[in-house]
Amino acid sequence: MPDTDKDIAGTDFSGPDETGHFGPYGGMFVGETLIRAVTELAEAYTELSSNREFWKGFDADLADYVGRPSPIYLAERLSDACNGARIWLKREDLNHTGAHKVNNTIGQALLARHMGKTRLIAETGAGQHGVASATVAARLGLQCRVYMGAEDIVRQAPNVYRMKLLGAEVVPVESGSRTLKDAMNEALRDWATHVDNTYYIIGTVAGPHPYPQMVRDFQSVIGREARSQILERTGALPEALVACVGGGSNAIGLFHPFLADNGVAMYGVEAAGLGLETPDHAAPLCAGRPGVLHGNRTYLMTDEHGQILDTHSISAGLDYPGVGPEHSWLKDLKRVQYVGATDAEALEAFHQLTRLEGIIPALESSHALAWATRLAAGMTSGQNILVNLSGRGDKDIEAVARLEGADFGSISGVGR
Amino acid sequence: MSRISQCAARASAQGRGLLIPYLVAGDPDFDTSLEIMHELVRQGADMIELGIPFSDPSSDGPAIQRGVERALAGGANLNGVLELAAKFRVGDTQTPIVLMGYLNPIEIMGYAQFTERCARADVDGVLVVDMPPAEAGDLPALLSGREIDRIFLVSPTTTAARAKEIIECTSGYLYYVSLKGVTGAALEDRESVAENIVRLREWTALPVVVGFGIRDVETALAMSELGDGIIIGSALVERIGQLPWASGRKADCISEAVALIGAVRQALDAREGTGELNS
Repeated sequence: MPDTDKDIAGTDFSGPDETGHFGPYGGMFVGETLIRAVTELAEAYTELSSNREFWKGFDADLADYVGRPSPIYLAERLSDACNGARIWLKREDLNHTGAHKVNNTIGQALLARHMGKTRLIAETGAGQHGVASATVAARLGLQCRVYMGAEDIVRQAPNVYRMKLLGAEVVPVESGSRTLKDAMNEALRDWATHVDNTYYIIGTVAGPHPYPQMVRDFQSVIGREARSQILERTGALPEALVACVGGGSNAIGLFHPFLADNGVAMYGVEAAGLGLETPDHAAPLCAGRPGVLHGNRTYLMTDEHGQILDTHSISAGLDYPGVGPEHSWLKDLKRVQYVGATDAEALEAFHQLTRLEGIIPALESSHALAWATRLAAGMTSGQNILVNLSGRGDKDIEAVARLEGADFGSISGVGR
Repeated sequence: MSRISQCAARASAQGRGLLIPYLVAGDPDFDTSLEIMHELVRQGADMIELGIPFSDPSSDGPAIQRGVERALAGGANLNGVLELAAKFRVGDTQTPIVLMGYLNPIEIMGYAQFTERCARADVDGVLVVDMPPAEAGDLPALLSGREIDRIFLVSPTTTAARAKEIIECTSGYLYYVSLKGVTGAALEDRESVAENIVRLREWTALPVVVGFGIRDVETALAMSELGDGIIIGSALVERIGQLPWASGRKADCISEAVALIGAVRQALDAREGTGELNS
């Protein structure tokens, strides 16, 4: 365990600055056509975020519609298996729509309505953000179009159908690597074209200012709840927090309310794919370098010519070559340690939690579990690790069956 | 006076609208791009915008996206673009070259090295689509130090106050984006473009050129009347992509692909000959 006390004493974590920068990261790197849209959004959010009524409405929706607060759960059998620290799970998988993503879409949809926008667009990788966007659009009676990489549409078929059931139009993106980053390019193009009536719900803490700040603020409900829940249950703060990092919204949501807590170590777990030493991963913080993509300066997977590299992860939700700029900053400040879990390690953790606790985790969250179990094994039974179980794995069972060579149709007894 | 300013001044003195084609450098390969550039000049281009291929062109429509994908498939990168510009300059000392692209390749090369390489290649201007002036860091100062023009965009959504700030940072020419959307989409109505350009002219003596939706001779003529010149990108890139390179002599194919530029040149000159300019 790193001695974080020395490292962070006196550090100011109150980013971003007025222009949306977290140290050298973040910012507003968009084409001129979108400048007015992001500026207006930043103004609207600044205005609304100081309005108590807005947050009251947000909290009420989270309580009645999402089912918050989500509990924390002591995974006793999993902890016993690690023979070390006790592992607590923040149960974002129990949220309506099955993941943390809905915290953000509820907040942004309220903002969209406040701004008088009638049409929502979103990008999605695993489909969780797309589902969460389609869900709030249905609830508020807004039009919704979701851009999704053609590759991901194949990997996440059940979520595609859910979005359609909810009334959203799902548009396959065939350009580039046909995954999340290309879906984001397409959503940016749509926004630039329909800027008057359209609100773009970015699903993570990346993108131009104010998205990294705004999405963090909406997701910070995770860490605020978790902090008081664990204090109540154990009488102390945990020794460590663990969360998976793709764009990084569930991680920042958990970490942010703990940043000033010197004794709490934090681990952001990136998708190490086939291994960080191979080109087949999605771990810009572990193995990338700073650059500019999708509106912000941040660590990226980029080659020496500045082309964005294709990424690989078993989990569509982590398959993104960038990461939220605040994570880049927290890495440089050494406040959070960024590490990787491979496809194989994530898959093992997926099965382990399923068998030991009766909870099927999302493949994204399985990366966090893989690291947490390893970390726990090196700690003592009096210590506590809090893991963000950011989503449930129902959406992944078909992909897991396929990976493991099982015929999903014959297992379920349903012909396909 | 920079090569771009000289070129614009000459055109203005002759009462002639600037014609600026855009192509993706390295689409489908650098040798072909070089031939296309010379052919563009032969058919009447005043300057050339050379697109730097980038894997994630989020401000571009399908035509230029496909051009970029062709260039990347052929192994194009920023080094190659700079070499192409330098090679072009060997055969053409007159025509200004503007590099247009996204920030990441420049960021990864480093602003100082990029500027140095541009200067050595005798590049005349740089336009970075996703780098608004406020995020430009020391790049404008570096470029200015080597007398390379800094070109920025103004769009229909740009506020008056912001347009004035952008003008302060701009040299060479001001690029007016004639639509809300990506390259190659449908044009805004002519009246609003006209209004905005009249407004811009009150604030700057820089040439104002119009781009983003000009597909044919007709729209070229209409837009050219409103500003000091026009940029044609997607329509040209589409033609480069559609050519049957296997059949016929390569030079003929190229000449055919560029014929739109020649046709626009003729139409512009014919109209200007009848004294309709600035009517």
